[in-house]
Amino acid sequence: MKHIKQFKKYFYLLTILVKRDIKKKYKGSILGILWSLLSPLVQLVLLTIIFSTLFNTSIENFPLYVIVARLIFEFFSTATNSAMYSIIESADLLKKVYIPKFIITLSRVLSNFIILMISLIDLLIIMLVTKADFSITLLLLPIYLFFLLLFTIGICYILATVATFFRDIVHLYSVFIMMLMFASAIFYPADIVPQKYFFILELNPVYRFIASCREIVVGVMPGISDFFVCLLLGVGTLILGSIIFESKQNKLISRI
Amino acid sequence: MSRSIIELRDVTMKYRITNERIETLKEFIIKRLKREVQYTDFYALQNLSLSVHEGERLAIIGHNGAGKSTLLKLISGVIEPTSGEIIVEGQISPLLELGAGFDDEFTGYENIYLNGAILGKSKSFLDSKLKKIVDFADLGQFINVPIKNYSSGMRAKLGFAIAAEIESEILIIDEILGVGDESFRKKSSDKIRELMGEGRTIILVSHDLSQVEQIADRVLWLEKGKIRKIGSPGEICAVYREAMSVTN
Repeated sequence: MKHIKQFKKYFYLLTILVKRDIKKKYKGSILGILWSLLSPLVQLVLLTIIFSTLFNTSIENFPLYVIVARLIFEFFSTATNSAMYSIIESADLLKKVYIPKFIITLSRVLSNFIILMISLIDLLIIMLVTKADFSITLLLLPIYLFFLLLFTIGICYILATVATFFRDIVHLYSVFIMMLMFASAIFYPADIVPQKYFFILELNPVYRFIASCREIVVGVMPGISDFFVCLLLGVGTLILGSIIFESKQNKLISRI
Repeated sequence: MSRSIIELRDVTMKYRITNERIETLKEFIIKRLKREVQYTDFYALQNLSLSVHEGERLAIIGHNGAGKSTLLKLISGVIEPTSGEIIVEGQISPLLELGAGFDDEFTGYENIYLNGAILGKSKSFLDSKLKKIVDFADLGQFINVPIKNYSSGMRAKLGFAIAAEIESEILIIDEILGVGDESFRKKSSDKIRELMGEGRTIILVSHDLSQVEQIADRVLWLEKGKIRKIGSPGEICAVYREAMSVTN
């Protein structure tokens, strides 16, 4: 109850912080937010050339296969990275004025989520260019992205807390995120992973979201069990993250 | 007497100081394994009880390290007490350090909204106050300029204008009356007097005893985290002056 009241009271602050975050990201660039749209596309063209000529990939619509994963992974990695620093970077402010700290961490995730929403234009472009079918299953996409958002908020709460206590987590995490990228089957077909190692993909929550969203964009209905996995990952992680953040948040001040 | 707006019950603030600051997980694990993590406890405030009534103007005096800032931080909710209870009824406008919530890249205008939002205000409320704040800060064209180009006096003016016009029930002032140029200084003390007239609760931390006598109607003398004396400004300031002259 207390949190809902605080959320309402500081909602305007949240909107300002989100806007500021987006503005800062594109400060000084002429193309501004267009960069967010262009860079995945350029990368994609490169990857497509490399993989379809050199490796002769077995994936039917390779650009579509990659763009879905890339957008999701990019969101997850930038959001977590920026949220990890959220409390540390706001030290000056938090030591002087009372603000509910979760607002600050949350603002980092939301600004990246908005960028993800805008980047969906890339997905649209790819679908048009590759003449993919627009299937009814696409209506499920917002639901899965919402679960992904909840999951990411939960992870960000945990990371922001832990990173404030132990600064070296930041370095460990950059290594971890690279491993996670390779374990997410972003630009290789998931079925080339040998059966005995496939569990790594299965255990990788980000891959679960990627796999489900890939099915959605090619018109396959994700299985009901996949739906519950994503739902549970989202809600469960959010609850866990909130508990951790909440229980440690008073101690954070003495660590920054 | 009117209702109490701030209530502290048996508040203790203990800081745990690690003899060596541990900042990384690696250090923590190594030190834990070697059982080298040692703490020293430091009491910034000890069993402090206090109630401040609505419309009261309380001054807090005491040496450096007596716990004044800790007390202000506790009241404004920045930190939580180790034990005890703090009840604050009403919005607090902290003047702890003017412009703590400013963003250098934002213009004066944008910072008014940012700062107001940090104090928990809505956009419509700030829209209605905007003109008053801008007029009071009196920055002319600079209000449209990113505040990284401001002088420190200009920042202070803007910060004071926001805090004063935001209409919070409780105003916390931590040694700020010396900011800005002569005319602004006069304007700000006039403003404080005006706020006093409106029955706003004011908590003031100052080393300037004549200022304390001017503004406060009750004075709290803190020493080593405990209340040494509390009472009328005339009485406490006299005893405090005497004590100071002895130690000096």
